[in-house]
Amino acid sequence: MLAHETTLYENQFPVEGGNFDKAGQVSSQIKAILKRMNLSNEIIRRVALVSYESEINIVSYARKGYIHIQVKPDYVLIEAIDEGDGIPDLELAMQQGWSTASQRIREMGFGAGMGLCNIKNFSDFFRISSDVGKGTQLKMVIKIDKVFDGI
Amino acid sequence: MTLREVKDILDAEVLVGQEQMDKDVRTAFGADLMSDVLAFAKAGSLLLTGLTNPQVVRTSDVLDIAAIILVRGKKPSPETLTLAEELKIPILTTKYILFETAGRLYQRGIVGCMERVDEERARP
Repeated sequence: MLAHETTLYENQFPVEGGNFDKAGQVSSQIKAILKRMNLSNEIIRRVALVSYESEINIVSYARKGYIHIQVKPDYVLIEAIDEGDGIPDLELAMQQGWSTASQRIREMGFGAGMGLCNIKNFSDFFRISSDVGKGTQLKMVIKIDKVFDGI
Repeated sequence: MTLREVKDILDAEVLVGQEQMDKDVRTAFGADLMSDVLAFAKAGSLLLTGLTNPQVVRTSDVLDIAAIILVRGKKPSPETLTLAEELKIPILTTKYILFETAGRLYQRGIVGCMERVDEERARP
Protein backbone atom coordinates (compact mmCIF):
# COMPACT_ATOMS: atom_id res chain seq x y z
CA MET A 1 0.00 0.00 0.00
CA LEU A 2 1.28 3.45 -0.90
CA ALA A 3 1.90 5.89 1.93
CA HIS A 4 -0.75 8.35 0.73
CA GLU A 5 -3.41 5.67 0.82
CA THR A 6 -3.02 5.10 4.54
CA THR A 7 -5.96 6.43 6.50
CA LEU A 8 -4.71 7.98 9.73
CA TYR A 9 -8.15 8.73 11.09
CA GLU A 10 -11.70 8.36 9.94
CA ASN A 11 -15.03 8.99 11.64
CA GLN A 12 -18.59 10.10 11.07
CA PHE A 13 -20.38 12.46 13.44
CA PRO A 14 -24.17 12.86 13.41
CA VAL A 15 -25.56 16.41 13.45
CA GLU A 16 -29.10 17.14 14.62
CA GLY A 17 -31.09 19.62 12.54
CA GLY A 18 -32.63 22.50 14.47
CA ASN A 19 -30.68 21.86 17.68
CA PHE A 20 -28.96 25.23 18.06
CA ASP A 21 -27.72 24.48 21.57
CA LYS A 22 -25.48 21.74 20.24
CA ALA A 23 -24.36 23.57 17.08
CA GLY A 24 -20.58 23.48 16.90
CA GLN A 25 -20.10 20.53 19.24
CA VAL A 26 -19.00 18.19 16.47
CA SER A 27 -16.46 20.71 15.16
CA SER A 28 -14.99 21.25 18.64
CA GLN A 29 -14.70 17.46 18.91
CA ILE A 30 -13.01 17.17 15.50
CA LYS A 31 -10.60 19.95 16.45
CA ALA A 32 -9.62 18.18 19.67
CA ILE A 33 -9.01 14.92 17.79
CA LEU A 34 -6.82 16.62 15.16
CA LYS A 35 -4.85 18.38 17.89
CA ARG A 36 -3.86 15.02 19.29
CA MET A 37 -2.68 13.95 15.81
CA ASN A 38 0.18 16.40 15.61
CA LEU A 39 -1.13 18.33 12.61
CA SER A 40 -0.11 21.98 12.20
CA ASN A 41 -2.26 24.65 13.85
CA GLU A 42 -3.14 26.16 10.49
CA ILE A 43 -4.46 22.88 9.09
CA ILE A 44 -6.46 22.21 12.27
CA ARG A 45 -7.90 25.72 12.20
CA ARG A 46 -9.00 25.44 8.59
CA VAL A 47 -10.53 21.98 9.06
CA ALA A 48 -12.38 23.18 12.17
CA LEU A 49 -13.62 26.31 10.39
CA VAL A 50 -14.89 24.43 7.35
CA SER A 51 -16.50 21.79 9.56
CA TYR A 52 -18.08 24.44 11.81
CA GLU A 53 -19.69 26.42 8.99
CA SER A 54 -20.99 23.12 7.52
CA GLU A 55 -22.33 22.09 10.91
CA ILE A 56 -24.11 25.44 11.33
CA ASN A 57 -25.68 24.90 7.89
CA ILE A 58 -26.99 21.43 8.80
CA VAL A 59 -28.39 22.67 12.13
CA SER A 60 -29.93 25.71 10.43
CA TYR A 61 -31.44 24.22 7.30
CA ALA A 62 -31.65 20.42 7.42
CA ARG A 63 -33.57 17.77 9.35
CA LYS A 64 -30.43 15.85 10.12
CA GLY A 65 -27.05 15.08 8.70
CA TYR A 66 -23.53 14.06 9.43
CA ILE A 67 -19.97 15.21 9.08
CA HIS A 68 -17.52 12.65 7.81
CA ILE A 69 -13.85 13.22 8.26
CA GLN A 70 -10.93 11.31 6.88
CA VAL A 71 -7.30 12.16 7.57
CA LYS A 72 -4.68 10.95 5.08
CA PRO A 73 -0.96 11.75 5.18
CA ASP A 74 -1.42 14.33 2.40
CA TYR A 75 -4.84 15.80 3.06
CA VAL A 76 -7.94 16.00 5.25
CA LEU A 77 -11.26 15.20 3.60
CA ILE A 78 -14.42 16.65 5.14
CA GLU A 79 -17.87 15.76 3.91
CA ALA A 80 -21.10 17.30 5.18
CA ILE A 81 -24.15 15.35 4.08
CA ASP A 82 -27.67 16.28 5.10
CA GLU A 83 -31.27 15.23 4.69
CA GLY A 84 -33.38 18.31 4.11
CA ASP A 85 -35.06 20.54 1.57
CA GLY A 86 -31.95 20.88 -0.56
CA ILE A 87 -30.91 23.97 -2.52
CA PRO A 88 -32.85 24.74 -5.73
CA ASP A 89 -30.30 27.21 -7.16
CA LEU A 90 -26.70 26.43 -6.23
CA GLU A 91 -25.27 29.37 -8.12
CA LEU A 92 -27.46 31.74 -6.12
CA ALA A 93 -26.62 29.97 -2.85
CA MET A 94 -22.91 30.42 -3.56
CA GLN A 95 -23.32 34.19 -3.95
CA GLN A 96 -21.95 36.14 -1.02
CA GLY A 97 -24.77 37.82 0.89
CA TRP A 98 -27.55 35.58 -0.36
CA SER A 99 -29.37 33.84 2.48
CA THR A 100 -32.69 32.31 3.50
CA ALA A 101 -31.76 32.35 7.20
CA SER A 102 -34.36 32.72 9.94
CA GLN A 103 -34.20 35.36 12.67
CA ARG A 104 -32.95 32.65 15.08
CA ILE A 105 -29.95 31.92 12.88
CA ARG A 106 -29.16 35.62 12.49
CA GLU A 107 -29.29 36.12 16.25
CA MET A 108 -26.50 33.56 16.56
CA GLY A 109 -24.29 35.67 14.31
CA PHE A 110 -24.80 33.63 11.15
CA GLY A 111 -27.15 33.75 8.17
CA ALA A 112 -25.48 36.62 6.36
CA GLY A 113 -24.88 34.55 3.25
CA MET A 114 -21.22 33.93 3.93
CA GLY A 115 -21.03 30.33 5.11
CA LEU A 116 -20.60 28.61 1.77
CA CYS A 117 -18.16 31.30 0.58
CA ASN A 118 -16.10 30.84 3.73
CA ILE A 119 -16.09 27.08 3.26
CA LYS A 120 -14.97 27.45 -0.36
CA ASN A 121 -12.29 30.03 0.48
CA PHE A 122 -10.73 27.98 3.24
CA SER A 123 -10.70 24.70 1.32
CA ASP A 124 -8.21 23.62 -1.31
CA PHE A 125 -10.95 21.66 -3.02
CA PHE A 126 -14.68 22.27 -2.70
CA ARG A 127 -17.70 20.64 -4.30
CA ILE A 128 -21.37 21.13 -3.57
CA SER A 129 -24.31 19.18 -4.89
CA SER A 130 -27.93 19.21 -3.87
CA ASP A 131 -31.15 17.34 -4.57
CA VAL A 132 -34.28 19.39 -3.95
CA GLY A 133 -36.46 17.66 -1.39
CA LYS A 134 -33.68 15.27 -0.41
CA GLY A 135 -30.61 17.10 0.83
CA THR A 136 -27.25 18.70 0.22
CA GLN A 137 -23.76 17.27 0.00
CA LEU A 138 -20.54 19.20 0.56
CA LYS A 139 -17.09 17.81 -0.07
CA MET A 140 -13.98 19.67 1.05
CA VAL A 141 -10.30 18.88 0.99
CA ILE A 142 -7.61 20.64 2.94
CA LYS A 143 -4.10 19.80 1.83
CA ILE A 144 -1.45 18.87 4.33
CA ASP A 145 1.30 18.11 1.84
CA LYS A 146 2.28 20.68 -0.77
CA VAL A 147 2.71 18.07 -3.50
CA PHE A 148 -0.85 16.81 -3.15
CA ASP A 149 -2.66 17.29 -6.45
CA GLY A 150 -6.18 15.99 -6.03
CA ILE A 151 -8.24 13.01 -4.91
CA MET B 1 0.20 43.26 26.42
CA THR B 2 -1.23 40.88 29.01
CA LEU B 3 -4.93 40.18 29.43
CA ARG B 4 -4.62 41.81 32.86
CA GLU B 5 -3.59 45.08 31.19
CA VAL B 6 -6.48 44.74 28.74
CA LYS B 7 -8.81 44.29 31.69
CA ASP B 8 -7.44 47.45 33.36
CA ILE B 9 -7.57 49.59 30.21
CA LEU B 10 -11.19 48.60 29.60
CA ASP B 11 -12.19 48.67 33.27
CA ALA B 12 -13.52 45.20 32.49
CA GLU B 13 -14.91 42.42 34.62
CA VAL B 14 -13.45 38.94 34.17
CA LEU B 15 -16.26 36.40 33.86
CA VAL B 16 -14.21 33.38 32.80
CA GLY B 17 -10.46 32.76 32.82
CA GLN B 18 -9.19 34.63 35.87
CA GLU B 19 -6.22 32.24 35.86
CA GLN B 20 -5.25 33.26 32.29
CA MET B 21 -4.59 36.96 32.94
CA ASP B 22 -0.89 36.60 32.11
CA LYS B 23 -1.68 35.57 28.52
CA ASP B 24 -0.02 37.84 25.96
CA VAL B 25 -2.11 39.53 23.25
CA ARG B 26 -1.11 41.85 20.40
CA THR B 27 -3.99 41.87 17.92
CA ALA B 28 -7.77 42.15 17.92
CA PHE B 29 -10.80 41.76 15.69
CA GLY B 30 -14.23 43.27 16.28
CA ALA B 31 -17.54 42.09 14.77
CA ASP B 32 -20.98 40.79 15.67
CA LEU B 33 -21.21 38.58 12.62
CA MET B 34 -19.61 35.22 13.39
CA SER B 35 -19.12 34.36 9.72
CA ASP B 36 -16.97 37.49 9.41
CA VAL B 37 -15.05 36.53 12.53
CA LEU B 38 -14.43 33.10 10.97
CA ALA B 39 -13.30 34.67 7.72
CA PHE B 40 -10.97 37.33 9.11
CA ALA B 41 -9.97 36.91 12.76
CA LYS B 42 -6.61 35.37 13.48
CA ALA B 43 -5.35 32.93 16.09
CA GLY B 44 -4.26 34.56 19.34
CA SER B 45 -6.35 37.71 18.75
CA LEU B 46 -8.87 39.29 21.06
CA LEU B 47 -12.46 39.11 19.84
CA LEU B 48 -14.47 42.28 20.55
CA THR B 49 -18.16 41.57 20.14
CA GLY B 50 -21.65 42.40 21.35
CA LEU B 51 -22.93 38.89 20.67
CA THR B 52 -23.34 36.77 23.81
CA ASN B 53 -24.65 33.37 22.74
CA PRO B 54 -22.64 30.10 22.92
CA GLN B 55 -21.69 30.39 19.24
CA VAL B 56 -19.29 33.19 20.17
CA VAL B 57 -17.39 30.67 22.28
CA ARG B 58 -17.57 27.98 19.60
CA THR B 59 -16.28 30.41 17.00
CA SER B 60 -13.46 31.46 19.34
CA ASP B 61 -12.55 27.83 19.95
CA VAL B 62 -12.39 27.08 16.23
CA LEU B 63 -10.09 30.08 15.68
CA ASP B 64 -7.94 29.81 18.84
CA ILE B 65 -9.06 33.29 19.95
CA ALA B 66 -7.11 34.45 23.03
CA ALA B 67 -10.09 36.03 24.82
CA ILE B 68 -13.59 37.31 24.20
CA ILE B 69 -14.28 40.93 25.15
CA LEU B 70 -18.01 41.61 25.40
CA VAL B 71 -18.71 45.28 24.75
CA ARG B 72 -21.61 47.59 25.69
CA GLY B 73 -21.84 45.94 29.13
CA LYS B 74 -23.22 42.68 27.71
CA LYS B 75 -23.59 39.69 30.00
CA PRO B 76 -23.56 36.20 28.49
CA SER B 77 -26.11 33.46 29.12
CA PRO B 78 -25.24 30.69 31.63
CA GLU B 79 -24.80 28.30 28.67
CA THR B 80 -22.19 30.61 27.16
CA LEU B 81 -20.28 30.81 30.46
CA THR B 82 -20.37 27.04 30.95
CA LEU B 83 -19.05 26.42 27.45
CA ALA B 84 -16.27 29.00 27.91
CA GLU B 85 -15.22 27.33 31.19
CA GLU B 86 -15.21 23.96 29.45
CA LEU B 87 -13.17 25.16 26.46
CA LYS B 88 -10.98 27.41 28.66
CA ILE B 89 -11.67 30.61 26.74
CA PRO B 90 -11.55 33.79 28.87
CA ILE B 91 -14.53 36.16 28.73
CA LEU B 92 -14.30 39.77 29.87
CA THR B 93 -17.11 42.30 29.82
CA THR B 94 -16.67 46.06 29.50
CA LYS B 95 -19.17 48.90 29.62
CA TYR B 96 -17.39 50.72 26.79
CA ILE B 97 -19.04 50.62 23.38
CA LEU B 98 -17.28 48.77 20.55
CA PHE B 99 -15.74 51.93 19.09
CA GLU B 100 -14.35 53.08 22.44
CA THR B 101 -13.11 49.59 23.31
CA ALA B 102 -11.21 49.31 20.04
CA GLY B 103 -9.88 52.89 20.30
CA ARG B 104 -8.61 52.49 23.83
CA LEU B 105 -6.80 49.25 23.00
CA TYR B 106 -5.37 50.66 19.77
CA GLN B 107 -4.02 53.69 21.62
CA ARG B 108 -2.12 51.34 23.89
CA GLY B 109 -0.57 49.31 21.07
CA ILE B 110 -3.07 46.57 20.19
CA VAL B 111 -3.56 46.49 16.41
CA GLY B 112 -6.12 44.90 14.13
CA CYS B 113 -5.41 41.28 13.18
CA MET B 114 -5.33 42.68 9.64
CA GLU B 115 -5.56 46.20 8.25
CA ARG B 116 -7.70 45.79 5.18
CA VAL B 117 -9.51 42.80 3.77
CA ASP B 118 -8.25 43.42 0.24
CA GLU B 119 -4.61 43.27 1.31
CA GLU B 120 -4.60 40.14 3.30
CA ARG B 121 -6.77 37.07 3.62
CA ALA B 122 -7.40 35.59 7.04
CA ARG B 123 -5.39 32.51 6.22
CA PRO B 124 -2.19 32.72 8.20
